Amino acid sequence: MNKRKLVLVGNGMAGVRCIEEILKHNADLFEITIIGSEPHPNYNRILLSSVLAGDADIRDIVLNDYEWYKKHQIDLHTGQTVTRIDVETKRVFTDQGLVVPYDDLILATGSLPVILPLPGADKQGVISFRDIKDCEAMIEASKQYKKAIVIGGGLLGLEAARGLLNLSMEVSVVHIFENLMERQLDPVASQLLQQELEKQGIRFLMGKQSEAVLGEERVTGLRFKDGSMESADLIVMAVGIKPNVELARQSGIEVNRGVMVNDWMETSLPDVYAVGECAEHRTGVYGLVAPLYEQGMVLAKRLCRIDTPPYEGSVVYTKLKVSGVDVFSAGEFMDGAETRAIRVHDEFSGVYKKIMVRDNKIIGAVLFGDTSDSNRILQMMRSGSSIQDLKRVSILENRSAEANSGNDLVAALSDDEIICGCNGVSKGTIVQAIREKGLCSVEEVKQCTSASRSCGGCKPLVANLLESVLGDSVVVSRKEPICGCTTLSREELVAEIKEKQLTTVKEVMFVLGWKETEGCSKCRPAVNYYLNMIWPEEHEDERESRFVNERMHANIQKDGTYSVVPRMYGGVTSPAELKRIAAVAEKYNVPMVKVTGGQRLDLLGVKKEDLPKIWAELDMPSGFAYGKAIRTVKTCVGSDFCRFGTQNSIRMGIDIEKKFERLNTPAKVKMAVSGCPRNCAESSIKDIGVVGIDGGWEIYVGGNGGVHLRGAELLCKVKTEQEVLEWTGAFLQYYRENANYGERTSQWMERVGLTAVQAVLQDSEMRRQLNERVDKALSVLRDPWQQIMEDKQASRMYEELPVLT
Amino acid sequence: MNSMQKTMVEIGNIHDLPLQTGRVVKVNGREIAVFRISSGDVRAVENRCPHKNGPLAEGIVAGEYVFCPLHDRKINLNDGNVQAPDSGCVTTYRVDVTDEKVYISI
Repeated sequence: MNKRKLVLVGNGMAGVRCIEEILKHNADLFEITIIGSEPHPNYNRILLSSVLAGDADIRDIVLNDYEWYKKHQIDLHTGQTVTRIDVETKRVFTDQGLVVPYDDLILATGSLPVILPLPGADKQGVISFRDIKDCEAMIEASKQYKKAIVIGGGLLGLEAARGLLNLSMEVSVVHIFENLMERQLDPVASQLLQQELEKQGIRFLMGKQSEAVLGEERVTGLRFKDGSMESADLIVMAVGIKPNVELARQSGIEVNRGVMVNDWMETSLPDVYAVGECAEHRTGVYGLVAPLYEQGMVLAKRLCRIDTPPYEGSVVYTKLKVSGVDVFSAGEFMDGAETRAIRVHDEFSGVYKKIMVRDNKIIGAVLFGDTSDSNRILQMMRSGSSIQDLKRVSILENRSAEANSGNDLVAALSDDEIICGCNGVSKGTIVQAIREKGLCSVEEVKQCTSASRSCGGCKPLVANLLESVLGDSVVVSRKEPICGCTTLSREELVAEIKEKQLTTVKEVMFVLGWKETEGCSKCRPAVNYYLNMIWPEEHEDERESRFVNERMHANIQKDGTYSVVPRMYGGVTSPAELKRIAAVAEKYNVPMVKVTGGQRLDLLGVKKEDLPKIWAELDMPSGFAYGKAIRTVKTCVGSDFCRFGTQNSIRMGIDIEKKFERLNTPAKVKMAVSGCPRNCAESSIKDIGVVGIDGGWEIYVGGNGGVHLRGAELLCKVKTEQEVLEWTGAFLQYYRENANYGERTSQWMERVGLTAVQAVLQDSEMRRQLNERVDKALSVLRDPWQQIMEDKQASRMYEELPVLT
Repeated sequence: MNSMQKTMVEIGNIHDLPLQTGRVVKVNGREIAVFRISSGDVRAVENRCPHKNGPLAEGIVAGEYVFCPLHDRKINLNDGNVQAPDSGCVTTYRVDVTDEKVYISI
């Protein structure tokens, strides 16, 4: 009954990760208390730069929310700092008078930012970049002030600089050395990095040593040793971190740079352990997350009395998280007498790769501009495999160029190697899951183990693992089943539906032997789409198999409200329409009215029960902004008004939108029509982009401006508006019939290739048949808002159920 | 666990609940998602995904599971458990159907 009392000092990534591991091994062993100085639950410190860059919200980076602590009955004290450990009575004391006894104590106090002892460093507007508080201070400062200096051209400094740039500040980076990130990069890579960041708008003051912070109460600038000065309203010091060892030192624990630990993470005192940035292991102090996780895992097993190999240090690597810059560095990177390097430097595409070799083993690497090899190289470093038999430059070549070596590499890894760094999933865990649960796709591995679920960077490794475990059998199942409920691929499914004349989702799943009789959230909408596509007139759309947005005909928001986007053909509206929209927005207290990227008006924050009323009062068709469907046709002003316009782009855009509106497609389809090659409607990044030229039109397809930036490719040139409609219809239907559900035209085009699509569409008979089929699909569609308003039963679905007693 | 302390609340006719679709009912300030699953049985759970508060009533219903519309967490409607690899749990409520009338115990 008597649980051991386990106290963790430090509520950060390393310590909490260790606790997670302990709970996984044995949730009943300890009564756990966690004490942390920051007033937050455990969050992902690595992603602070994303918060600063505006890519994530503070809430998004929380790793363990308060519920998690509650669920595991962890006694959590935030906003308190442990000030003393009494090793005699085995108790810890906090600055707020809390006294907690322990049987086992883990120190995970992390590290502190180094603050340069410059005169004036205590002025307002001088901060570090370490925690949420600093992040908030920078965001706050950016609202009031214009000019920032970041001291430190290392990883953290550059990420801070990029973040401040995103906050619209002018940013200068001051670095004491001549090369950026000199602890990770060789001079060539440093130069390339600096040039790239200069292009993004960061100024660099290299080889400058700061001397004093200038200003009265608030900072106004920085003076350097050479006498020069630079003005600033904000100074961020990002010159490094040092292990936070004060508590350990005062408590008589042996401390060098960090808290000294052995291979079991034990400190010099009995029952006191240390993990993370505060710990020093065999002279190594780590500031990166993977080693900290590795330490936590060893300690967790140790505390739970499970046999574990000792912690013997980590191979570390660095990736710079700055948008548009791919930088990777691992191990040794400077040329030396005993090392030799394999180098590739392509000045045209801005790619530089260098691999360091000693005794035929890879001991380090620097990659700039293309880091796709990083995982592979890292694995080769970790396994210490000899490269004697490999062709030198081939090490830097893409996996496909050397067939199976990727598999050989993963096969050589030990079971406890981490494959998915985001979720800490080891090779052993994945292999076991593949064997025991009969997994045969990356998707299944993801579902079962969480590997590749977060950033997806390890997907190629997971795929290699699958192949190395399953051998040739996986080649047979290489076709991706549409989801885990079936083994059928899209092509097989479509063929079966046609051949067996299946007409409902239920029938498909029953006849084709679905593992789950009613499928899942992935396959139900897909099957419903395929049925609609194959039997446009016969299949009755199945509302309950639609994703919420397509069922409600509005776009669900994070708080459960909806957004409403009425159709405005070609992005053209009228005073009367605008008045109606304004009246509706006022009447229903719509929190925000926004102009969308597709030239429409979006009413955001609408309550579910108001949707049918708002549609009725707007008296406009649905804009389908919520669906896998034809979205918008964006247009430029065109020849009606524009002095450069060669074609009437507005007319063309409206005609296209009127003809194809309401059409369901495998994924959303965005279109644009520009009246001349200046391309103001951005036709070149649309699924279908039409560009007016003198005497005709160019039709581009497969563009994307979102996740995968991709320029659209020229499908054809035509002379008349009628031909534009004909080619658009043919392309849309060919895409509808051949793409996977959820696959954008850009991904689909990448997969099948432009020439294959052109080969089909250049045949006028094919175009005629495709248009016939798309016309049939269009003929049965009606405006969904209108339909719901007319159907009492359907409108009632938007209301809550009444409580009758 | 003491059913004596719970009250039964009538929320309408079973035919107000289309198959495989959720509806929302508010009882004593609590928002509850009510589903009629394909077997014809009715299930009721708290209308709030433990992950990021997604409204479960709007999710896709498959068998005895609902998929949260916000981030696709899969939740068992019988015991409220979030399915692996995620974890968590939502409160479930007892449902009785008598003479086509649906009652929730709360």
